[in-house]
Amino acid sequence: MSVRYVTRKVFGSLATLLFVICFNFFLFRIVSNDPVATLFRGRNLTDSQRDELTHQFGLDKSIWGQFVDYLEQTAQLNLGRSYQTNQPVWDEILDAAGPTIALVGVSAILSAVFGVMLGIAAAWRRRTKTDYTVTGFTMTTYSMPDFWLGMLLLLAFAVGLGWFPTGGIEDPASTATGLSKLADQAQHMFLPALTLTLAYLGEYAIVMRSSLLDTMREDYLVLARAKGLRDILVRNRHAVPNALLPVVALTAINFGFVLSGAIAVEAIFSWPGLGLASYEALQGPDLPMLQGMFLVFSAAVIFFNLLADLLYGYLDPRVRRA
Amino acid sequence: MSPEEHFLRVRDLHVTYAPRGAAIPAVRGVDLDLHPGETLGLAGESGCGKSSMAAALLRLLPKGTKVTGEVLLDGEDVLKMKPGRLRAVRWTDLAIVFQGALHTLNPVQRVGDQIGEAIRLHSKDGRVRVSTRVGELLELVGLPARRARDYPHELSGGQRQRVLIGLALACEPRLLVADEPTTALDVMVQAQVLRLLEDLQKEFGLGIIFITHDLSTLADLSDRIAVMYAGRIVEQGPAEQVFTHAAHPYTRALGAAFPVIGDPAFRMNPSGVPGDPPDPRFLPSGCPFHPRCSAAVDICPSTDVELWPAGEGRRAACVHVSGAPQTTSLRAGPSPAPRARRTP
Amino acid sequence: MNAVAAPSPRQITWQRRRRALAAAWRDFRGHTPGMVGLIVLALIILMALAAPLIADESGLRAINTTENPTWASPSEFGPLGTDNFGRSVWTQFVWSARISLVVGLAATLIAMLIGSVVGIVAGFLGGIVGSILMRVTEWFLVIPFLPLAIVLAAILGPSILNIIIVIGITSWPSTARVICAQVLTLRERDYVERSRALGASNWHLMTRHVVPNVAPLILANTTLTVPVVILSEATLSFLGFGDPANLSWGTMLDQAFQFGAITQEAWWWFIPPGVGILLVALSFTLIGTALEEILDPRLKERG
Repeated sequence: MSVRYVTRKVFGSLATLLFVICFNFFLFRIVSNDPVATLFRGRNLTDSQRDELTHQFGLDKSIWGQFVDYLEQTAQLNLGRSYQTNQPVWDEILDAAGPTIALVGVSAILSAVFGVMLGIAAAWRRRTKTDYTVTGFTMTTYSMPDFWLGMLLLLAFAVGLGWFPTGGIEDPASTATGLSKLADQAQHMFLPALTLTLAYLGEYAIVMRSSLLDTMREDYLVLARAKGLRDILVRNRHAVPNALLPVVALTAINFGFVLSGAIAVEAIFSWPGLGLASYEALQGPDLPMLQGMFLVFSAAVIFFNLLADLLYGYLDPRVRRA
Repeated sequence: MSPEEHFLRVRDLHVTYAPRGAAIPAVRGVDLDLHPGETLGLAGESGCGKSSMAAALLRLLPKGTKVTGEVLLDGEDVLKMKPGRLRAVRWTDLAIVFQGALHTLNPVQRVGDQIGEAIRLHSKDGRVRVSTRVGELLELVGLPARRARDYPHELSGGQRQRVLIGLALACEPRLLVADEPTTALDVMVQAQVLRLLEDLQKEFGLGIIFITHDLSTLADLSDRIAVMYAGRIVEQGPAEQVFTHAAHPYTRALGAAFPVIGDPAFRMNPSGVPGDPPDPRFLPSGCPFHPRCSAAVDICPSTDVELWPAGEGRRAACVHVSGAPQTTSLRAGPSPAPRARRTP
Repeated sequence: MNAVAAPSPRQITWQRRRRALAAAWRDFRGHTPGMVGLIVLALIILMALAAPLIADESGLRAINTTENPTWASPSEFGPLGTDNFGRSVWTQFVWSARISLVVGLAATLIAMLIGSVVGIVAGFLGGIVGSILMRVTEWFLVIPFLPLAIVLAAILGPSILNIIIVIGITSWPSTARVICAQVLTLRERDYVERSRALGASNWHLMTRHVVPNVAPLILANTTLTVPVVILSEATLSFLGFGDPANLSWGTMLDQAFQFGAITQEAWWWFIPPGVGILLVALSFTLIGTALEEILDPRLKERG
């Protein structure tokens, strides 16, 4: 991959990130332009107290002064303090990031793997029962709200059958450590992961099917067959690698979006990740938290878009040598 | 095997596409013979069925296509082979040189690997040094061995065509079917590729079926020419004779369809074939060429034409050859005189 | 004397368009999944329109009377039981259909309008204007939908109109990108060049040549955008931004969750709204896929 290609993409991403940072600032200024009042809601402040707090928070500067402060602070990863917990926003985010990455990571991998497999099966046997069943199934799961699916699974398997816990990441009363703790967490993660996997595998299946159908019309498949290759090998060695290219890009991009889209599912399962943190911040509204979340989610999307571009550039020789 | 014996023998080949229940007859009863070391030129416009016929020889048509008749390779009928035997025969007995368009080769695989795949597939000797053999093949077709590491999009059209020729020779077949190998190339490169094929044929005693719509390229290269129209062969015979003294009006028109640059007589009287090839689903009655034929007479729409003898080793499917009494012409005006493009 | 005047160019164009439409409808009728989607959608719309007839609106406000027991299952209180307040779930379901449908369609309309205009102008004019527009579009695409929508909804406050606006202005970028790409290819076509040579203005070219040619694509894209919008509305409402005065299926799910329908195993409360969303989204997806196949013959051929 040419250095020029990589630098171009990286600079593009940095520019977008900068835009988002600025956008973030002004967006939240619209939401509330008197944080002092919000922060000390319900407590009577004298004018002089209010003035002092305003000065302390740097809010008596002009909006541009505040903007500069904001940029400086963001560069130092100082995203303010949460209204609700009074802890630094960055620390809260770090705490919540782990569970979300675990949940979304596992779901993304599973939905990609199964979605792609279903898409291949449907395309290679197009217009047969396999194709119709797969397409019907994936269209249906893709048309339902992911949190609703979560509710169904909760009802059936946690409340109804009692096979799985109804929420959280681990049993609060348990003192287990090491492997048994991991097993406990895995048990808690099963239903939310199943929900996200089912909700997102439809898209992979549809895209892979579409991509493979396009590839199947290409001449080089005829050549492969003419050489004497078995049908399965023609599919796996020639058709699928070409068809996978757009899917790889999709996977990386999706990861960024799913991170922020899992808010509702995390809320349903009380999964202590970024999504649940956002949900609770919304009740406040805990503006510094929301502002920090917004930035983190956007940065994640930008990062994974960049990753997708670089990955695609690496895998597709036509782009690689450009 | 003596040269007189046929290596490829096609009898009454029919190919009917069946997309979603419709029936499109692309090949309607073709007979062909080919000996090793011989070149058979197969000419015709697009849509006449020549590419379908080529694909049918190795059963490469889409699923659901109906193929009937006989395709005897060395006495064995390809159409009746079991899948395992068919896969073994592909590329080792008969290989196809496809047109070198960009997507004929897998775009994400190096060309050397694509040639290597064919070698590995059919080698009985596990110790074959694939990379060496790939290098040999590339040099055989006039490309440096290091080009094996290139991807298809990094090669020019002519280079890709050479790769496809090298690929076709990978398993030492005795028969090559070249499907429009020079169509997308400019004239200079065309000449080089044709020369290459000639040399390879001499060196390896290959039988070649050369498919094209350009009759003039066949004149030099082929021993015999067969002309296809609407799914059938309408004329066949020794190349020289078919080219210079065509017996079928369609052949005459094909040969005359290419402008001779700088010839004022030609500019004043351009002959080409008016109209379009017929839709295989709605063929004209009788001789399928009669609506476009300048020599059509009143019995043409009602006569089922066959390949009648038209001289020593020649046949043509035209009423003018069959010796039937002709009556009035269907066309006003004189038919254009056949133009010979080269002196024998 | 002239017996009948020859049809004007405009009349010819409209005749041709009507014939094309009739042919397209015939094609659509033969497409089973598309027809299924259309029928299901029609039934749901009918149900929504007939709301006053099939479910008494007062049922939305009745709480905890002897006639309306709380947490009643469908066997105890038909047809769909009651919620924690004793309100009939069936009534809520039927009346929420209206809101969900209206929000879905209205927000889609806004998104399509903005997206189409931006896409056509950016693709057609190109140059600086085009680049700027596409840059803006790309930036919008990067910002994750949900956080942005939440923030905007928080600013504007919970109401139907605001939800429509929020979803509308966050959903137009993907349409704009698709349309811009299509217009770019159209711009290079011969008939545009020829028109220009005849002295056609940009406005004329855009409205008379480009728009009619991207119209089918816009239609197919619109139909496929509706499911996305409906799911977005459901998510936003579930997270608490729905209009409490106007129930939608999403707000029903929010309330069901908040009031513990799952632990109470009151499946009749939260399954129907989800099924409603699913059916509407699925119908539009089926219709949209059918339209795509009809309008792009290549898709039909490859299956």
